[in-house]
Amino acid sequence: MSQDVYVVAEHFKGKLVEVTFELLGKGRELADARGENLIALLFGHGVKNLGAELGAADRVIVVEHPQLESFNPEAYSAALVEVVKTKRPAVTLVANSSMGMDLAASLSVGANLPLVAYAVDVKWEDGSLLATSQLYGGKLYVESQFVGAGVVVSLLAGASPADKGRTTRGLPQVEDFATPPLGGPKVRFKQLIEPEGGDVDITTQDVLVSVGRGIQSADNLPLVQALAEAVGGALASSRPIVDSKWLPRTRQVGKSGVKVKPKLYLAVGISGAPEHIEGMKDAELIIAINSDPNAPIFDYAHYGVVGDLFDIVPVLTERVKS
Amino acid sequence: MNFVVPIKQVPDLVEELELNEEGTDLSRDTVKYKINEFDDQALEEALQLKAEIGGAVTVLALDGEETDKMLFTAIAKGADRGIKLMGDFAGGVAMHAAAKAMAGAIAAIPYDLILTGVQAVDDRDGQLGALLAGYLGVPQVSVVTGVRVESGKAVVRKEYSGGVMAEFEVDLPAVLGIQAAREIPRYVAVSRVRQVMKSATLEEVEVHNAAGDEGSSVRRMMKPPKGSRAQMIQGSPEEIADKVIDLLKAKGLKK
Repeated sequence: MSQDVYVVAEHFKGKLVEVTFELLGKGRELADARGENLIALLFGHGVKNLGAELGAADRVIVVEHPQLESFNPEAYSAALVEVVKTKRPAVTLVANSSMGMDLAASLSVGANLPLVAYAVDVKWEDGSLLATSQLYGGKLYVESQFVGAGVVVSLLAGASPADKGRTTRGLPQVEDFATPPLGGPKVRFKQLIEPEGGDVDITTQDVLVSVGRGIQSADNLPLVQALAEAVGGALASSRPIVDSKWLPRTRQVGKSGVKVKPKLYLAVGISGAPEHIEGMKDAELIIAINSDPNAPIFDYAHYGVVGDLFDIVPVLTERVKS
Repeated sequence: MNFVVPIKQVPDLVEELELNEEGTDLSRDTVKYKINEFDDQALEEALQLKAEIGGAVTVLALDGEETDKMLFTAIAKGADRGIKLMGDFAGGVAMHAAAKAMAGAIAAIPYDLILTGVQAVDDRDGQLGALLAGYLGVPQVSVVTGVRVESGKAVVRKEYSGGVMAEFEVDLPAVLGIQAAREIPRYVAVSRVRQVMKSATLEEVEVHNAAGDEGSSVRRMMKPPKGSRAQMIQGSPEEIADKVIDLLKAKGLKK
């Protein structure tokens, strides 16, 4: 059992993903608090060069194999389980991302380690780890304590500033880990499918009026569309609107949609689940209209209106126009 | 093809969530429950696949609050078989224990494709799909929005960020964590559910609650810190509109 802190580096199309640096920042804190090492794990094929960017870590462990070229839930999990079983770190941090959701639970079962998901913070307290998760759609924080040592924590995006994870301590030592059997392959990567173009690119808009479940029906969309036009912006939405096929997927803001940083983000009838917040929290000015005074969106908005959007939006549209 | 859909009830977030006196759990008797919305998506996708290629859909759930109604609703929507997993789940159940109990029950029935919700609002110790696949020793893919079955294999689309998706071919049996079905989950009238409650029966299977296997416990639950809470705008719709317009003007977004 080592006391080291391990972080699973995530990369896509040959580049490290932002959340990797957030994990490194948090991992650095955990390692420094006990004077231990921070190790970054890198799985892929021909990815060793990325190790140089992981300077916040003391060492980088690389597992390379053609089967690891693109993310693969089966092969990546097999590699991760083997490294963790061999090295037995005190903590393994994984992003609560699409890839991380496959990895964290597989690691927990495969290496028989506790897992706490959706963490916004993890720290040492009296020699034990304490993880704080954001659950119930962001309405509650839950503190978890662990039994025994060697734990897996999946961190939500934005849990820790990425800047800290970009602070380099020099070129980390990169070490190869012999590729273990990667399974099957019962899961085979076929292709990447890029989003369809042709629609408004909401990432380039200064003003977004974004609509959520509170709109209740596709028939009510013209109400917010009119507001978007009045303020000279584009219409965006949270996930349920897109899943209901009321708006194209290109308009979806959030974890699996796009991340936006407009000058104004006007959230209408959006409760603010963590997956949505991830995509818009960096907007310069966030104004939220929601009927639920406890909606998590008000914890991220700069200005909030508790009320019925059907009363407020039409009046707002009229007054903006005049 | 045998489709299995594990489903569960979660607190309805539209209602105010109250904590118990110790602050370690929800005040359970005040909670209003509904089916996990992603489980509803998984059920819809299973029903769509059944319509497309044939087969049977089995829904199963751990016994708990309003479990019968949830299972009968799934049958009313088109599921063929409902299984209730009986055990001591009075104090709630962690996802590791839920996955273990379900893996045991599923191993005893025919299964090719297990579809479950990608996540739930209360799965603190991990998402069901990958845990279940781990205990069953079968492959899994989560965050899935598109499923086809071709030549005895599943071809699935997994969502990444930025609207990009990855397509995988997966040998069966397998577990899929469903993010969204191809269609909006179907609605079924309460009268139809009542009919099914009279005609259909649920199978009951005894399972063990492997409590503690999650290796962690809840120390405290709390409302999120309110440090950066929005400044609230009040008044009539007209007053609110004027204040919002002032904010836009200050930001240079309106003359």
